[in-house]
Amino acid sequence: MSAFIRIRDAVKTFGSPGKGARPGEVVRALDGVTLDVDRGEVVLVIGPSGSGKSTLLRAVNRLERLDSGEIWIGEDSVTARRADLRRIREDAGMVFQSFNLFAHLSILENVSLAPRLVRKTPAARARDEAAALLDRVGLSDKLDRLPRQLSGGQQQRAAIARALAMSPKALLFDEPTSALDPEMIKEVLDVMTGLADEGMTMMVVSHEMGFARAAADRVVFMDRGKIVEQGSPDRIFTEPKEERTRDFIRHIL
Amino acid sequence: MKNKVAAALGGVPWWLVLLIGLGVISVGTALADASYRVIFGAVAKGFGVTMTVAVVSYAASLFLGLALGLARASRLRPLREASTFYIELVRGLPMLVILYYIAFVGAPALAGALNALMSPLIRLGAMEPFQSRSFSFATRAVLALTLGYAAFIAEIFRAGIESVDRGQVEAAYALGMSHSQATFRIVLPQAVRNVLPALANEFVAIIKDSALVSVLGVQDITQIGKVYAASTFKFFETYNVVAFFYLCLTVSLSMLVRALERRLGREARR
Repeated sequence: MSAFIRIRDAVKTFGSPGKGARPGEVVRALDGVTLDVDRGEVVLVIGPSGSGKSTLLRAVNRLERLDSGEIWIGEDSVTARRADLRRIREDAGMVFQSFNLFAHLSILENVSLAPRLVRKTPAARARDEAAALLDRVGLSDKLDRLPRQLSGGQQQRAAIARALAMSPKALLFDEPTSALDPEMIKEVLDVMTGLADEGMTMMVVSHEMGFARAAADRVVFMDRGKIVEQGSPDRIFTEPKEERTRDFIRHIL
Repeated sequence: MKNKVAAALGGVPWWLVLLIGLGVISVGTALADASYRVIFGAVAKGFGVTMTVAVVSYAASLFLGLALGLARASRLRPLREASTFYIELVRGLPMLVILYYIAFVGAPALAGALNALMSPLIRLGAMEPFQSRSFSFATRAVLALTLGYAAFIAEIFRAGIESVDRGQVEAAYALGMSHSQATFRIVLPQAVRNVLPALANEFVAIIKDSALVSVLGVQDITQIGKVYAASTFKFFETYNVVAFFYLCLTVSLSMLVRALERRLGREARR
């Protein structure tokens, strides 16, 4: 069986005044990345800042458009000119570093809005399903709160529930715990580990070693837009082959 | 003890105390002086016209301004360019010139355009041709204020749209929402909330600028005052009364805007 998410020769450049580029300089955020993620697999993408890991993740549901290369989710092309964006984004949910909960809506509305608008789920059913999802991430007592009334960890758990409400086949996590205080990281990682145990296909950009060892099937190390090395968490963290990987692992451990 | 008094006195909004004092003195004088009572009665007849011109122009310019503001923040370049062209053009003209222009160039042109559009019906005799005088000066004044204020209000909406964090739109897209769903369900509600005080301030401004319609002979507070003063030579008393009417409206509305700002600020901090 072929992989669920297939990335082939992905190239993305940011010209000035793009991300961190000096005037006139062109940054190759992705420089020919090829990667497969199987159904039910949990892939952790690590690498120094500016290595292109977030860009790779954002290209998978086309929040970034590639310059060249191709990406598929299941049978659907992400990169085709007339790609069915709605379907792609239903298939691959996304969780952001800064949560991005809709600031003007209650937690319950945050979770139930997209099913109502995009899938035309009847309001009452969307509400019930949203409440069930929020219960699952331990927020059943916060349904009517606004996002800013919640702690960072609670907001991120609500954001995961929001992504789950579209019943995605894969979830993309873009540094989900980087904006959190240390005492809140665990509650989010616990939810993520739970999803991994249930067989969710996941691509996670994160440096959380605990999560890597508990839930990741594979670790991919990226640097300067390229995949330098990949393998099981144990092997990458304990006996990396490449010099650059060794340097990086030493810095984050 | 001394410090406490100083602190209490420091917290008093003296500008408001002075304004209220001025209002009380004005009303007191008016009640004591028969000629003031007459002027009050005369100028009050323009109050309805001033408020109608202000409210109708404001409501219409909110709609037009929203459309222009959305176009200004649009992904489609032609929409963006057209809207920017309009906004820069109109903002570059004095409101008085816009008023003259719409009244004496726009209205005949509009009549001509409508006649061309309706020419078959007019030839059949089913309707009378439009003439410039089909549009009252009050209508032309409202149209001019609407077109002028729409440009300012469009810029407020654009600023509001741009103040919404980019992540909100990305989250909407990532959930499969379309561009218009993201705009109308996610961005606009937050944008409007952010610019509510600025929008309310435009209403205060349009009340003041509605005085410009007096140059077209529309019977608003200013026009009635102008005519009354010219015929009785009671300039001092008449313009006192005119100013009193405007200040009652603008100061009370400004205070409402302040209260609104405080409330929104408190909610944002909650």
